[in-house]
Amino acid sequence: MTSPTRDRRATTFFLGFLVVALLVAGGLSYFASGDPDGLDTVTLTGCQLDDEGEPLSGSCIANSAEDHALADSPFADYAVGGGEGTVGIAGVVGVLVTLAVAGGLFWVLRRRDPQ
Amino acid sequence: MALAMHMSDGLVSPQTALVFGVIAAIGLAIAASRARSDLDDRTAPMAGLVTAFVFAVQMINFPILPGASGHLLGGAIVAILVGPWVGSICIAIVLVVQALLFADGGLTALGTSIVNMAFLGVFTAYGVALVLRRFARRSRAGLLVTAFVAALLNVVVASLGFVLQYAVGGAGEVGLGTVFALMVGLHTLIGVGEGVITAATIGAVAATRPDLVYLLRGSRPPVEVRGRRTEGAPS
Repeated sequence: MTSPTRDRRATTFFLGFLVVALLVAGGLSYFASGDPDGLDTVTLTGCQLDDEGEPLSGSCIANSAEDHALADSPFADYAVGGGEGTVGIAGVVGVLVTLAVAGGLFWVLRRRDPQ
Repeated sequence: MALAMHMSDGLVSPQTALVFGVIAAIGLAIAASRARSDLDDRTAPMAGLVTAFVFAVQMINFPILPGASGHLLGGAIVAILVGPWVGSICIAIVLVVQALLFADGGLTALGTSIVNMAFLGVFTAYGVALVLRRFARRSRAGLLVTAFVAALLNVVVASLGFVLQYAVGGAGEVGLGTVFALMVGLHTLIGVGEGVITAATIGAVAATRPDLVYLLRGSRPPVEVRGRRTEGAPS
């Protein structure tokens, strides 16, 4: 059977894993590069960009991109209400929401061992 | 600052988006039924945490070239830690949360993104990990090399998924050869970064809780872990 010691060790490991995720999303995210990622670099190829990094002129794949249907939502673009310097808060919210959704789904899906 | 990381709506035709949406939905239904046997009281919370971790690390864009960055996709992390079926659901959940909560990745593009990262990426990584499994189980160095190679190829193959979708129904006049060369070139560089991050992550988990690493299950377990494994073995 699962011993209390093992339970505690597992809990410690899981808590540590969560703390790392929160530190990455809540702190390290401030140091993330703001340059376009691999896909965006490709879709922007052929266009001149404005100061915001949006295509200004030329012919590129990103010209066909449509605005996001939820672009006005409270956490859009990993900011809280569009505020500067809020990426860490958005990141922490994202980690907790992701954990709740994934943890909840996997807990429901899990195999129950016969007692 | 633009932290958008995934395909926007409109990059491929509506028909293409629909086809890949259907493929993604079927894939996720199969994954959900197959994932059950890999989930128990111990691995279910682990899978939830791995998903949250992938969300966090995806936010960290690292520079690859002047003016270009890359970020983790996470296919190899999930494939090695929780297996391909659970892992594909992990990545799909991250993509759904990003699209719905953070307006990152178009809603109609979700199917294309899920096919690329949750299926092509994860199963490529798992395939590599299976081929190298003997090596990965033998030594720590073997495990780290396996994680690196699985992560690198996961990124490159996921990027080829976009090239395929662009070939099928892409918008715009940019030539397919250009798109192919740029996607593979940039994502090989990103894959090196993903390989390093993946190896560090897998190495850290394997050093503390090797019993929670899917790829290492059933290999040289400590005695107390063997007891638990027997108890939790699939019937």
